[in-house]
Amino acid sequence: MLCECCQQHDATIHVTQVIDGKSRELHLCEHCAEESGLNVQNVMSLPEVLFGLAGATEEDKESAARSCPGCHLRGADLKKTGRLGCPQCYRTFAKELTPMLAAMHKGLRHAGKSPAHGAAGVPDGLEDLRRQLGEAVREERFEEAARLRDRIRELDHDGG
Amino acid sequence: MTVDDLVRNPGAWLAAGDLPAVVVSSRVRLARNLAGVAFPGWAGEDESVRIEQGLRDVLQRLPSLSPGFRVDMVSASAIDRDFLRERHLISNELAQKTKGSGLVLREDETLSVMVNEEDHLRLQAMRPGMDLTNLWAAMDALDNEIEDQVRYAYTPDLGYLTACPSNVGTGLRASVMVHVPGLRLTNEIEPIIRGLTKIGLAVRGLQGEGTEASGNMFQISNQTTLGESEGAIVERLVQIVNEVAAHEQNARLRLLEQREGQVRDCVGRAYGVLSQARVLTSHEALDYLSGLRLGIELGMIKGLGMGDVNRLVVYTQPGHLQKVAGRTIDPDERDEVRAGIVRERVRQATVVED
Repeated sequence: MLCECCQQHDATIHVTQVIDGKSRELHLCEHCAEESGLNVQNVMSLPEVLFGLAGATEEDKESAARSCPGCHLRGADLKKTGRLGCPQCYRTFAKELTPMLAAMHKGLRHAGKSPAHGAAGVPDGLEDLRRQLGEAVREERFEEAARLRDRIRELDHDGG
Repeated sequence: MTVDDLVRNPGAWLAAGDLPAVVVSSRVRLARNLAGVAFPGWAGEDESVRIEQGLRDVLQRLPSLSPGFRVDMVSASAIDRDFLRERHLISNELAQKTKGSGLVLREDETLSVMVNEEDHLRLQAMRPGMDLTNLWAAMDALDNEIEDQVRYAYTPDLGYLTACPSNVGTGLRASVMVHVPGLRLTNEIEPIIRGLTKIGLAVRGLQGEGTEASGNMFQISNQTTLGESEGAIVERLVQIVNEVAAHEQNARLRLLEQREGQVRDCVGRAYGVLSQARVLTSHEALDYLSGLRLGIELGMIKGLGMGDVNRLVVYTQPGHLQKVAGRTIDPDERDEVRAGIVRERVRQATVVED
């Protein structure tokens, strides 16, 4: 659906206006919505509404929107299905998983067998990201570098 | 070998275990995933197909799975799926999958691997009677053989990583199928189930997750997978199930002392219905086969073994009925076919008069 205003971009903001008891729907692109004075930041996306995040705390929102670098599963997906997307999700969603694991299991540390060839599971998130950042800077892909830098700060802040 | 051959060769786990057979069969499964790849529920179709092809080749070369064969979920018919589910070779979840999922199994059905179910690999082992310790040893060996060929998703902290956090750690689910008519007749089964649940064990019906108990059969399994070693999980389950079995034996002894008439009535009615009925629903069949099983164990029925009853339980289910007949049979006709199969077998038995 195209934006009703500029007829150029995809309409991503859908507003229901009620004027004099009559409702009217508006379908706008982000740019036109901002131009018309709508506070785009405060408009909730459909997934947010569906997952009951209306009125959620900043932390909940961050958790729902956080996406796994390995498979792009988001916190909201995990909340909905209870299943993880890839091995790396265990690192990405460690904060969310710890209380779940504590409620489900006898302990929080593995006490069973280990593969004879050593741990081959999750690549070290930070190491991996730092390497990617180095590559991005060398190749002058600055937008990606900025994204990686933010991600590294985030992980560092969480204690890895 | 194909699924059709399984129809003619009942799985080894359907043989009779040691008497008294409170524990009908034992089962162990391990959940494993490949490192650096999305879990099946999140991977795209192309990725799943690629993973399945790779794993299938690895699995079919393993000594533990030889002689064996593969079932492709794309070509499996609806009846094949029911049949494999009733045989406990595939789960309800795998039965609904098509492209990129499959099953590799030993011909004798003692070891099998589901590929791209909830996890990339679900290793399963089944045997008659209480045999969890040996099963775990066989499973451990199969797991090591696979691990020589692939890189598992594993961290020292959390162990084997699984799609659902409820399986992380060992990925081990050990379970036994128990037949407890004595505890049912003495009304002791409900408090025992509550007690088992309280100490972290799961109790389910005959067909596993989400099914009701029929034929006085229950599956008891460990619920937790993180924080305990495989050996400890198995040992604890064996110990508790042995206690449940002892309770069942006591209940039977008490029943024979105090209410022998009622026990003989239960066995006699089971024999009567199963040897004469012309229409038998699968629920009825399971309930009366429980009475027959009890009769055999108590020496009240002769001419029929526990292995026969185990086979009847499985071969009277819809998938097996239709697979044996080689055609689709509607539910009403199935009840007649089922009655025929049971009647023919049970008529060879006799009730021992007191």
